[in-house]
This record gives sequence, C-alpha cells and structure tokens, in this order.
Amino acid sequence: MNFWEYLESRHQQLLVDAYQHASVVFQCMVVATALGVLIGIVTYRSEWAGSLATTVTATLLTVPALAMIGLLIPIVGLGVPPTVIALTLYGLLPIVRNAIVGLRGVDPSLVDAATGIGMSRLSRLVRVELPLAWPPILTGIRVSTQMLMGIAAIAAFASGPGLGNLIFRGIASLGSKNALNQVLAGTLGIVVLALLFDAAYVLIGRLTISRGIRA
Amino acid sequence: MPEPETTEAAPPSSGAAIELEGLTKRYPGSGRPAVDNVTMEIGAGETVVLVGPSGCGKSTTLKMINRLIEPTGGRIRIGGEDVTDMDPVKLRRTIGYAIQASGLFPHMTVAQNIALVPKMLRWPSGRVRDRVEEMLDLVGLDPGEFRDRYPRQLSGGQQQRVGVARALAADPPVLLMDEPFGAVDPITRDHLQDELIRLQRELHKTIVFVTHDFDEAIKIGDRIAVLREQSHIAQFDTPEAILTNPADDFVSGFVGAGAALKRLNLTRVGDVTITDYPTVGVDDPLEEISARLRSAGTDEVLVLDKRGRPYKWLRRGDIVRAQGSLARAGVLVHDTVTRDATLRDALEAVLTDNTGRVAVTGRRGAYEGVVDVETLMNSVHELLEADRLEARESQAGLEEQRSAQTHAEQEGADPSGDRGEAQA
Repeated sequence: MNFWEYLESRHQQLLVDAYQHASVVFQCMVVATALGVLIGIVTYRSEWAGSLATTVTATLLTVPALAMIGLLIPIVGLGVPPTVIALTLYGLLPIVRNAIVGLRGVDPSLVDAATGIGMSRLSRLVRVELPLAWPPILTGIRVSTQMLMGIAAIAAFASGPGLGNLIFRGIASLGSKNALNQVLAGTLGIVVLALLFDAAYVLIGRLTISRGIRA
Repeated sequence: MPEPETTEAAPPSSGAAIELEGLTKRYPGSGRPAVDNVTMEIGAGETVVLVGPSGCGKSTTLKMINRLIEPTGGRIRIGGEDVTDMDPVKLRRTIGYAIQASGLFPHMTVAQNIALVPKMLRWPSGRVRDRVEEMLDLVGLDPGEFRDRYPRQLSGGQQQRVGVARALAADPPVLLMDEPFGAVDPITRDHLQDELIRLQRELHKTIVFVTHDFDEAIKIGDRIAVLREQSHIAQFDTPEAILTNPADDFVSGFVGAGAALKRLNLTRVGDVTITDYPTVGVDDPLEEISARLRSAGTDEVLVLDKRGRPYKWLRRGDIVRAQGSLARAGVLVHDTVTRDATLRDALEAVLTDNTGRVAVTGRRGAYEGVVDVETLMNSVHELLEADRLEARESQAGLEEQRSAQTHAEQEGADPSGDRGEAQA
C-alpha cells in the first residue's frame, strides 16, 4: 500500500484526528491568549512584575513537553486535561512577552493625550493601549500557535486527541507495512494545519489591525 | 434615548476664568518643589502664555490645571468652581487639551479622533457627526477629504489642526495647549499661530498656552507669564509691557535682543494706514497704462491679474523698453500680506521686494492697497512712544494702588476686592 492508497483508505480517521488536533490547539490558544494578555495587562506597568511574568513563562517553556505531560498525568489523569493544561502553559510565553513589550511600547505622549482628554483608566486601555499593542500581540499569538501545533502531537502520549496518535502508533510499530505511512500522514497533517492557521492569522490581522497602523 | 435638545442650539460656550492659588507640586524624594506656590488669575476668554526656559515647571503648572499631575498643595478654580478635588476624569472632559506632535491616535481616523470627547459625553450620534464636520471646517480642513483619513496620511500641520479640532470638539470653556506647535516646521508653525489667533477671535475660549519660544508668546498671548525655575512668576503682563518694560534682568534676558523689532509682531497690517496705489489690469492696452502712469504721479504702477490679484510692478522705464508687449516687462510681485499679517511680516516683504512697499490683499488674494516703508517706520515710532507712556502710567497706577491697599489694610478692610482690576 503506498502513501496515497493509505490516505484514501483512512481518510475518515485522518480527518477526525486532524479536526481534533486543530480543535485542541485552537481552544488552548484562546485560553492562552486570554490569560497571556491579562498577565501582560496586569504586569506591564511595573518593571519588576513584567520581568517576573516573562521569566516564569519562559521557564515553563524549557520543561520538555514529554516530561510536562508525564508530570501532569498523576495529577489530572489521562486524556484531554493534561493536554490542555500543558499546551496552554507552553503557549503563554510569546503572548505574555509580546503583550508586555507591545503595551510598554505605546508612545507615552499618546497615553498622556488619552488621559488628558478625559479617558478613564479602563477606556484608555481598551481604546488606545490595546489596539496599539495589538500587532505585536497578534504576532505572539501566531508564534504560539505554530509552536503548539508541534507540541500537541506529544499529547498522544497521555492518550490525548490529535494527529500525534498516528505518529506514536507508527513509531511503536516500526517495520510493519503502514508504520511509515502513519508517521508521514501525522507529520504532514500537522504541517498543513499549521499553514492553514497561519493563513487565518494573516486574515485576522487584516481585519483587526487598524489601517492607520498597519505596516 | 431621550436627550435634551437644548444643547443643539446653544451658542458656543466662551471661556471661564481660571484661578490658581498657591499651586505647588513637590515630588517625593526631591528637596525643592518642581512648582512652588503659583498664584495666577486668568480672565475668561483670555489667552495666557506661560513661557520660560526648559525645566522651569511651566508644563507641570499647565498639567496641574487638568490634574494630569496632581498638585500637592494649593487650589484650582475654574469658572469660580473649585475643581481641586473633583473627579479628574470628569474634569478633563470639560477642558480641551492639545499637545506637541498633535497626540492623535494613529489607529483612529480623523473623524474618530475628533469624536472621542463628544462620545464620552454621550452626545447623540447625529450630533457628533455634525460636530466633526463643523470642527474640520473650523480648522480649515475639508471634511469630505479628511474625515476618513488616518493621522499618518496627514502632514504635520494638518495633524496639529486635527489635534486642535479634537481639543475643541466638546466645546470646552478652557483650552490647555502644551507646546502644540513645537514639532512643526517654522512656516507651518506661523500659519498655525495665525489660525489659532483667528479661532480665538471667533470662540473666546480661555486658553493657557505653554511655549519656550518668546516670539510665539508675544504673537499669541493677551498676557504672558514669564516663569523662572520652580514656576516662579518673573513677570505677568501684556506683551507690550513686557517688551517695553521688562521687570528684571531675567525677563529682559528672555525677551532677548531686538525688543523694538519684536514689537512689530504685536501690530497687524490692518491697524496701520493702508494707502491706495495706482493699479492697472494686465489686459489693459499699453497707451492706457502709460496714461495712468503719467496721471498718477508715481514712478510705478501695480499690475493686477484677471482676478484682481497683484501680479507685477511696472516702472516708467519698463514701458519704454517693453516695445508693445508687457509679457516680459516689470518685476513680479514676490510677496503680499493680508490685513491679519504682522507688521514684521510686512517689513520682511518690503525689504525683500525692492520696491519699498508691499501689496495688501484681501479675500482670494485680491488687491486692497499697499503699505510702504515710511508708514511702517512711523507706526513703529508711535507704538513705542505709546508703550513707554503706558508703562509709565501703569507703574504710577500700581504704586497708587499699592499705597491705597496698604492704607485699606491699615483700616482693616479686605484688600482683595481691588485685585481683579489691578490684573485687568
């Protein structure tokens, strides 16, 4: 059975895996974005808190994915929970860092102007600071997503969802006739998903970044 | 949402008086206060310029009026109401604020920028839209062309105009301007200053304007407060009085050389005699032009173009040499001035055009008359003379007041009743 025949005979299963992979990455990204931007907002004004947030999230990223999931299994069990927790934690760093850099990079004279014309602290944040910091934040989200695409494959180790299952199964049965096809299908699937997500981000950028500050 | 209709037809609100009383800002950990005990009364509808060297606290003083910087001592009253302890966010919505480099939000269009404060004040959307158009018109930008542009698609001068439009959008009685024209080129700055003077003539806001440029201060201010460090007031008086009668060496050092020349900035062309001058149309036949020259008794005539705008100066000799065609004869008019231009602009134009006079133009650049060098000289002489007289009188007046006050104090009466008059 060559690769194309393999794809054809298993496309049902492949699509389900791909959908689950995309879905878990997407959901984790939503949580990581919300959490990351929030951490950024809370910490960017203080030199000290900002570097603490960046350091902590950076440290999280250095924990090997396999170890992270392995450590989470005894605490939260198998399946979806360890996958979601691990992915969300990994996704934080680029978002937190870019949110802090972006918010700190807003021209102080604009912040002064916003306050001076009578904006409250909250509306200044929502209507001036966040929109201006949005392009770097979106870049952070993009980088995070690419990273999580790959890391999500390891979720299969904890019986999590996604294309990682194919890769793991293939590696476990190396030598059998479909082993290589499985690994190849899993890997290519992840690459294709990553590219699709990236295209989506370009579109989101077009729609959400004001024409006045688009590069 | 039911909205009171009253504001729709209300006339634009003109200025409110500002009183600063013992205003002080002391930053923690520094021995000397940044602003030390500033007391100042600014009349309604008055333009007051705070001018001083960098770091003298003029900007800090300004920012304490809308409490961007919270004072550590003293009171602020606007229109008689003590605003020192009111909600700063609410306060700022009633005070226009324009800063250097416009402070426009780059991610919002011109219209969105201008609409910010009216929207925060929950004006109905139709009224906000009308107001944006009105404000763009007011600052001389075509709404159709500029409404939907982003700040980066505007020149520096246009951005600054929009900045002023945004500051004035909610029709605040008070306008604070923090070196608003500091970041634009000199020519644009000149235009913007003229524009501001025109606006103020229409609107009568109370404007507090910070600059380090003394020439800008004399041009714009009804009164100027020259500040030294810690915002101590070295002199607070009309531009004329400061130029002709600086209070001390610090002020005269700040006024700089050429006070008499600067005096020219204070008088407009419209204030001096504009004389008539023989003119001819560019299409007039040559014989008629010659006849006009002979009858006029001058050496020159001013040729106007088809739309009545000064076109070139024509001398007797030019006509003789012209040999039937005027196309190449004469000297082109380089520079003209309007009635709103300062005498300094006029002098500049007279000196660059070697004709010894400059044409004054009105609407659409149409010819109205000329100002010549003698007129300029005479008016400067008269002005300086009048200033000196006034300075002496006000000096005497002050002395009298002071002695009256001392007298009143001795009698135990409240002396503060006279202060408004002394300031005016």
